Amino acid sequence: MTTKLFGEPVRRREDARLVTGQGRYLDDLGPGALAAAFVRSPHAHARIKDIDVSAALDVEGLVAIYTWEDLPGALAEPLPLLIPHPALTHGRTAYPLAKDIVRHVGEPVVMVVAEDRYVAEDACALIEVEYEFLKPVVGVEEAVQGGNLVHEDVPGNVGAHMVQEVPSRDGRSAAEMIGAAPHTLEFRLDIERSACMPLEGKGVYARWDADDQSLRVYSSTQTSTSVRMAIAAKLGLPLPKVEVIAPDVGGGFGVKIVHPWPEEILIPWAARTLDREVKWTEDRREHFVSSAHERAQVQHVRVGFDDDGRILGLDVTILHDHGAYTPYGIIVPIITSTQLLGPYKIGAYRVEFSSIYTNTVQVTPYRGAGRPQGVFCMERTMDRVAAYLGRDRTEVRAANFIGPAEFPYDQRLIFQDGRPLIYDSGNYPESLRMLKELIGWDSFPEMKARAAAEGRRIGIGVGCYVEGTGVGPYEGGHVQVTSDGRVHVSTGLTSQGQGHETVFAQIAATELGVPIEKVSVVTGDTRRFGYAVGTFASRAAVMSGNAIALACRKVREKALRIAADALEADPRDLEITDGIVHVAGTPSASIPLATVAVLSNPLRYAFDEEAKRATQFSGATSMDRPPVEEGEEPGLEGKDYYSPIRSTFASGMHAAIVETDPETAEITILRYAVVHDCGKLINPMIVEGQIHGGVAQGVGGALYEKMVYDEHGQLLNASFMDFLMPYATEVPRIETAHLETPSPLNPLGIKGAGEAGVIPVSAVIASAVEDAEGITIDRMPISPSDLHTLRLRLAG
Amino acid sequence: MSDGTTRYAITLVVNGVVREAAVPARRLLSDCLRHDLGLTGTHVGCEHGVCGACTVLLDGEPVRSCLTFAVTVDGHEITTVEGLAKDGELSPVQRAFTECHGLQCGFCTPGFLCTATAFLRDNPVPTDEEVLVAVSGNLCRCTGYQNIVKAVHRAAEIQAEIQPGLTAETGPGESGRTA
Repeated sequence: MTTKLFGEPVRRREDARLVTGQGRYLDDLGPGALAAAFVRSPHAHARIKDIDVSAALDVEGLVAIYTWEDLPGALAEPLPLLIPHPALTHGRTAYPLAKDIVRHVGEPVVMVVAEDRYVAEDACALIEVEYEFLKPVVGVEEAVQGGNLVHEDVPGNVGAHMVQEVPSRDGRSAAEMIGAAPHTLEFRLDIERSACMPLEGKGVYARWDADDQSLRVYSSTQTSTSVRMAIAAKLGLPLPKVEVIAPDVGGGFGVKIVHPWPEEILIPWAARTLDREVKWTEDRREHFVSSAHERAQVQHVRVGFDDDGRILGLDVTILHDHGAYTPYGIIVPIITSTQLLGPYKIGAYRVEFSSIYTNTVQVTPYRGAGRPQGVFCMERTMDRVAAYLGRDRTEVRAANFIGPAEFPYDQRLIFQDGRPLIYDSGNYPESLRMLKELIGWDSFPEMKARAAAEGRRIGIGVGCYVEGTGVGPYEGGHVQVTSDGRVHVSTGLTSQGQGHETVFAQIAATELGVPIEKVSVVTGDTRRFGYAVGTFASRAAVMSGNAIALACRKVREKALRIAADALEADPRDLEITDGIVHVAGTPSASIPLATVAVLSNPLRYAFDEEAKRATQFSGATSMDRPPVEEGEEPGLEGKDYYSPIRSTFASGMHAAIVETDPETAEITILRYAVVHDCGKLINPMIVEGQIHGGVAQGVGGALYEKMVYDEHGQLLNASFMDFLMPYATEVPRIETAHLETPSPLNPLGIKGAGEAGVIPVSAVIASAVEDAEGITIDRMPISPSDLHTLRLRLAG
Repeated sequence: MSDGTTRYAITLVVNGVVREAAVPARRLLSDCLRHDLGLTGTHVGCEHGVCGACTVLLDGEPVRSCLTFAVTVDGHEITTVEGLAKDGELSPVQRAFTECHGLQCGFCTPGFLCTATAFLRDNPVPTDEEVLVAVSGNLCRCTGYQNIVKAVHRAAEIQAEIQPGLTAETGPGESGRTA
């Protein structure tokens, strides 16, 4: 196998079209389509008394106006609750268009379809909705008092309550272990809301083919196969009559895994009803108030530990704000509460969470998906333990690490995939050693002293995480070699900009021994591959990567079998190099893969010179056997699935040096170091890019980004003017080092890298600011004015 | 006052080609380029002038096309991302972004490419600080900017390789504005 591309920093195959303006994002499609726009609730909690559309009817170019009352059949029912869980006793989802009650600002009430978006918005502005105000519930601690209810039939606003308890190895509870511990601490932590904020919002474009009675839908989604099933179910269409395609997707980071969004079923329905092409493109304000947010939690921590800082017992109670609805179940708090343990062996652990309704935008996974909060909790705990004992923060962490020889390590919890939380592999002490060397941990005290002598305040921080990646249930891959020698790869999993066309081509080219130029990759197109889950949870490389590798291995085996016949050789002596099958060590005894593809498909009809070789009078097949032998299929193609027993577990450690301005309290990140272990790297350039992007989002979450709701449930900063995402000037240069601990769970030994960068950043920055200031940091993000307030409080 | 539907005939020179459109007064340049002229490479990320994804060159200078009415640029020259490559050859900035992994989802990229193109025309030998400031008016949610900054430096190198002798003093500057 000389065509080795696995592990190489191969340049992206997506880029040529994307840098020339030839990408095809959702709103680039369907130039003649009608445009949809929505009247959305301006109130956080209200009863709809009346909807008066009469003034809008005169708008020139108006095509249709729809309210909930117009929706037929299943479309009029609440949206699906995608991930049910026994602990989610009071799961609630929205109607595609509000029925009777609106529960957050931004909830869709009326859909307008018109000749273009300007006209559709004109009509929206003329529609009068009369509301009766209900008391809004804002803030998780107010909500849990239960004074006012988001849903009348959900007492105390509690959607879910869940406890997981892991006793010590000798059977003692967390409470007992904490009670008996030499030292204990108790504290509270707060994390604010942020959001994915892809630069491209959501969007849907639908074409109904009346002759064929079929529907083609394009959606800027992270899961086209599942959107397809939802549309078929909601519109009552046979599944084969629905095609869903994810075109180029301008970022997702989690928000586009939720489905079906109201628009994903309303737009196809309107297209069919009107027999016209219809498109909806989300604008930025819509994205802020009607997509999804994440992160907000209040955590109460009790910890017991010994003189070395070993955690003997840990008890965490979490209030998780899930907004107005729970379409994605309780995945986020489950991940927080399980991934909280990180790379550590904790004596006994008890975690309890309540997932709470508020009259705010729903909460669903955002890159990291609950992990940043869990890591913030665990790492703040480690720093407090170290501070209490007067020990080095890395020493305390090392005292709690799972050892390299202790894998597989069972954390004795149930993970987000419903399977045991068993770490597959890792090397945490080595990771920490590399990190300390990279950032210069041991020499930092001198650096700090020198800075102090100049009147500057600097601090260093550290944070460790373990990330369950590559969750099931499965992904598939299909690989076909055609008679022109080209290799066509498809997987149902979509892309949200990570570079799947490149990495999957690298895998296929390596497995098949063909030049990468011969390989083309299609993702997220149900016409090509109908079974898939989606791109989330750092799972694409693990799931589809392995599925494609397995499919390639089937194709390779078949190719060698056919070539062995043609070359009268033993298949075990054959290799494929640059698309040529040849006898190892005898390059002259060879046959191109293209010819093997021709021979794999016995023909009656020739359509070109190559094809003649496979026709019935060519003598290509033996007269003693049928042209297609038993157990064989025509064509040089293969399909396979990868379905893991359980998740893989990537890990990493970050460190930062920050400077805080003694006057302005401005926080500047001077250095940021990352040691990252995602198993074997397919493309180090792409992995680094994922880390950079993740850290940048982490910096946003640590220092700038929060969704500011007032007491009326109005989102006060629903624009890029006011919701502060980092620009180039806010993101430090990120120094990276890779450790490769292969996963024993999958053929390629990979673990997944998409979310890692973001996970520990808040914890790291808090750690560093605390070190610089000597002030306990217990909430994120931290702005200069927050820090200023903390300084004033400390000064008394 | 415009009624929102009365259309005005405008003529633009887009990527060197004369293009005509009939647009209502309120039509944004971004929408005009994308929907009237079919040049969908210019992207709309916020429609309030903050993210920079819609940046195009107006008579050679970067502008937010989402904050510009199409009727106000009647008779002017516009360069969009589709016009950066010449004769099928990627421009130095486009090449550099692909070499340096300066894009992931690619949605913000056209804005960065247009911004960097104008910047390097005016400042062909920029310092680190100048590059950082030059790209700090555009939002990217994928890359963390590190490779974008790297790409702008690399583009300066490529530009210098193509036009040897280019320095800060002798750069194309004003006279080089060919838009």
